[in-house]
Amino acid sequence: MKRIGVFVCHCGTNIAGTVDVKAVAEAMKHEPGVVFSTDYQYMCSQAGQEMIKAAVKEHRLDGIVVCSCSPRMHEATFRKTAAAAGLNSYMVEIANIREQCSWVHKEMPIGTEKAIILAKAAVAKVSLNAPLTPGESPVTKRALVIGGGIAGIQTALDIADAGFPVDIVETKPTIGGKMAQLDKTFPTLDCAACILTPKMVDVAQNEKIRIFSYSEVTDVKGFVGNFDVTIKRKARYVNETLCTGCGACTEKCPMKKVPNEFNLGMDNRHAVYIPFAQAVPKVATIDPNHCLMLKSGKCGLCSKVCGAGAIDYKAKDEFLEERYGAIVVATGFNPISMEKFDEFAYAQSKDVITSLELERLMNAAGPTGGTLLRPSDHQHPHTIVFVQCVGSRCEACAEKGKEYCSKICCMYTAKHAMLIRDKYPDTDVYVFYIDVRTPGKNFDEFYRRAVEEYGVHYIKGMVGKVTPENGVLKVQGSDLIDNRQLHIDADLVVLAAAIEPDKSARPLATMLTASMDTNDFFTEAHPKLRPVESPTAGVFLSGTCQGPKDIPETVSQAGAAASKVIGLLCKDKLLGNPCVAHSDEMMCNGCSTCEKVCPYGAITYEDKEFRMPDRTTKVRRVAKVNEAVCQGCGACTVACMSGAMDLKGFMNKQIMAEVDAICK
Amino acid sequence: MQVNEYKPLIVAFCCNWCSYAGADLAGNNRLNYPADVKIIRVPCSCRVNPMFILRAFQRGADGVILCGCHPGDCHYTSGNYYTRRRMALLFSMLDYLGIEKERTRVEWVSAAEGAKFAATMNDFVETVAALGENKRLEDLRCKK
Ligand SMILES: Cc1cc2nc3c(=O)[nH]c(=O)nc-3n(C[C@H](O)[C@H](O)[C@H](O)COP(=O)(O)OP(=O)(O)OC[C@H]3O[C@@H](n4cnc5c(N)ncnc54)[C@H](O)[C@@H]3O)c2cc1C
Ligand code: SF4
Ligand code: SF4
Ligand code: FES
Repeated sequence: MKRIGVFVCHCGTNIAGTVDVKAVAEAMKHEPGVVFSTDYQYMCSQAGQEMIKAAVKEHRLDGIVVCSCSPRMHEATFRKTAAAAGLNSYMVEIANIREQCSWVHKEMPIGTEKAIILAKAAVAKVSLNAPLTPGESPVTKRALVIGGGIAGIQTALDIADAGFPVDIVETKPTIGGKMAQLDKTFPTLDCAACILTPKMVDVAQNEKIRIFSYSEVTDVKGFVGNFDVTIKRKARYVNETLCTGCGACTEKCPMKKVPNEFNLGMDNRHAVYIPFAQAVPKVATIDPNHCLMLKSGKCGLCSKVCGAGAIDYKAKDEFLEERYGAIVVATGFNPISMEKFDEFAYAQSKDVITSLELERLMNAAGPTGGTLLRPSDHQHPHTIVFVQCVGSRCEACAEKGKEYCSKICCMYTAKHAMLIRDKYPDTDVYVFYIDVRTPGKNFDEFYRRAVEEYGVHYIKGMVGKVTPENGVLKVQGSDLIDNRQLHIDADLVVLAAAIEPDKSARPLATMLTASMDTNDFFTEAHPKLRPVESPTAGVFLSGTCQGPKDIPETVSQAGAAASKVIGLLCKDKLLGNPCVAHSDEMMCNGCSTCEKVCPYGAITYEDKEFRMPDRTTKVRRVAKVNEAVCQGCGACTVACMSGAMDLKGFMNKQIMAEVDAICK
Repeated sequence: MQVNEYKPLIVAFCCNWCSYAGADLAGNNRLNYPADVKIIRVPCSCRVNPMFILRAFQRGADGVILCGCHPGDCHYTSGNYYTRRRMALLFSMLDYLGIEKERTRVEWVSAAEGAKFAATMNDFVETVAALGENKRLEDLRCKK
């Protein structure tokens, strides 16, 4: 019989407010195996933990039940406490009487009754617990960063700085992400390229960093410490090591009318192209959808003009297999499609643009060389209307928009309005807003400058309709403060489109078994305390793939993710999860059923000699679980018809005991 | 209207990675559901052996619900697909034995779906309560 101690936590009033903790502690005294039971205000505090340790010694406890918050919160804490008291750390069970009891039930008698039942289930389980020892596994001292925007760049630089090799996988031909497309950045108005491109060069020159641009992750196997990743290097038809980035090919290519995605289709590029002057790596890429040679075998001009002999029309996609200790997701965001927002006439008029398009129109390296000209007739716009929250905070338009706030639009719209008023004081700028959200350092000051110093007309209200008519955009909106309808003839309408995670994030999350929220943003292991880790061990989050963010926030999160990765890669060995499957050789009949259901291929078979009762020996085939590979899902335990396979820490008899305790 | 005093006994198996976290989130957000629901934590929904469910009904449970990650999101990639197939089979067999289909349920609840967890439990408890006590498999020898 075990000697079990029960420790009931008040959690201030979090638990004690709805659960009579004293009654729970008292009731547990009568449970079989319980030799000590008490309550305390904060079990997880230093004093609480000391109390547990002392009780273990004094009452010679060999099993502990803590009735407290969720095991997802403090199981690890109390396991350490047990270990410090000389117990095996797996002789601890938690009864979740906070998140799953006191916080969801209102009345004291009901909460108390349930807490007692949950505590009984935990006692029943712990009395069947056996000491477990985690296995060790080596750590591959190399990190993978998926996505080469400012988030991925910063994370990679920080990890490399600590001396660990890093690979960046980027789908586009160059790293840089959205920040490379921006003009000036709030709240300081320094130019994005001036602060980003030096970092891109640092990445290119850092010998610890390899860039796999124009590449994708297609498969991920393994776990924290040892992920086996397949990287697809898409054929770019230009040999990266030979290409010098001189651009001779791009000038000679006869296919000149390919919409330039870097400028959001507002001008054209060639079929062979370098996305922008500061691209990293600075090598050309042939777009197979438009290249004459690749499509019809006729042309080959670029190959003729390339002095480096880098063009290779026969290139094929290549697949690399690499092993990493940690993976950082930095796949970023995209503005949502405006096609469905008929009311703003985005599809009907070239002069209705998104804010990102405006960034390109104001950028010195953009399609207009930085002069603000309207796309339709290349004239200076004199009246500009900005519409904020297009598709953001939009519960009613779930099929085309998003419920959440995109967070960055208020600030970049203020930035745009200010920059325009600064450069073209003769323009009238109107901003329609639901409310202006500026909770950042120097943000509100920035917005107020737009209103007070730059004379931007901020109008609280929404735009109902934009109608293109004889070269002007008739804007109909409401002014909620003066309570009147407004009609403005605008030359340019700029939509602050909501942002959403990159579409490739969802399949990537599945590959990584990392969880996402309903909007496809990656979820963090804990919203407050572990904001840059995914719940999946060894997978970290950086930048806007986790939620809307501006550059300062992205960069701080990127550094935080890097420090977590460095902390992991510094370790020589990782302790594994000891809750793994185990088959009872005497019961196993070698049927192979378990092997078929195991998602990790952790089960193999071996022939083993058994002594029979009549003293003969017999060779039988039995299942053997590789403890380093098993992740402890338990699929095999249910598949096993002989009942030979069981899961340590979640044994059949333990779960049965819990069921019994709950059902009385 | 007459007040229904009858309280069903519900056992909920929740996988550690999604549903158990979803249940915790329901707690964080203080979303109420009846205390009749008692949760047992399992690593993955595929850890739930039909034996556990039979045992629960034998011991007097009125309803058993199994929660796991959404298809495609299982922490162990495919566990919940096994769950889905196994439980479809088990539940129809139980139905045949007289444990109505409404007393058993598989539900996918992600770690972000605290509201869905609470709503699911409210709905399930209501459904089971409407059916009344389960006597079909109850093993009277287990009663004290
Ligand atoms: C119009 C506009 C104006 C803005 N102005 C400002 C401003 O003035 N100041 C400010 O602080 N912030 C501003 N922002 C916000 C800023 O752009 C973001 O905070 C920042 O770019 C986020 O960086 P990121 O690396 O997380 O994402 P991204 O920049 O989106 O980078 C993600 C990268 O990952 C790559 N990728 C995606 N999926 C995959 C995949 N599956 N595999 C490999 N690679 C992948 C993408 O190609 C991209 O290169 C603005 C945003 C917009 C839309
Ligand atoms: S518990 Fe899961 S991972 Fe471990 S051997 Fe069984 S099926 Fe494989
Ligand atoms: S399923 Fe059970 S009996 Fe069959 S090989 Fe696996 S452990 Fe042995
Ligand atoms: S881990 Fe949730 S269903 Fe498998």
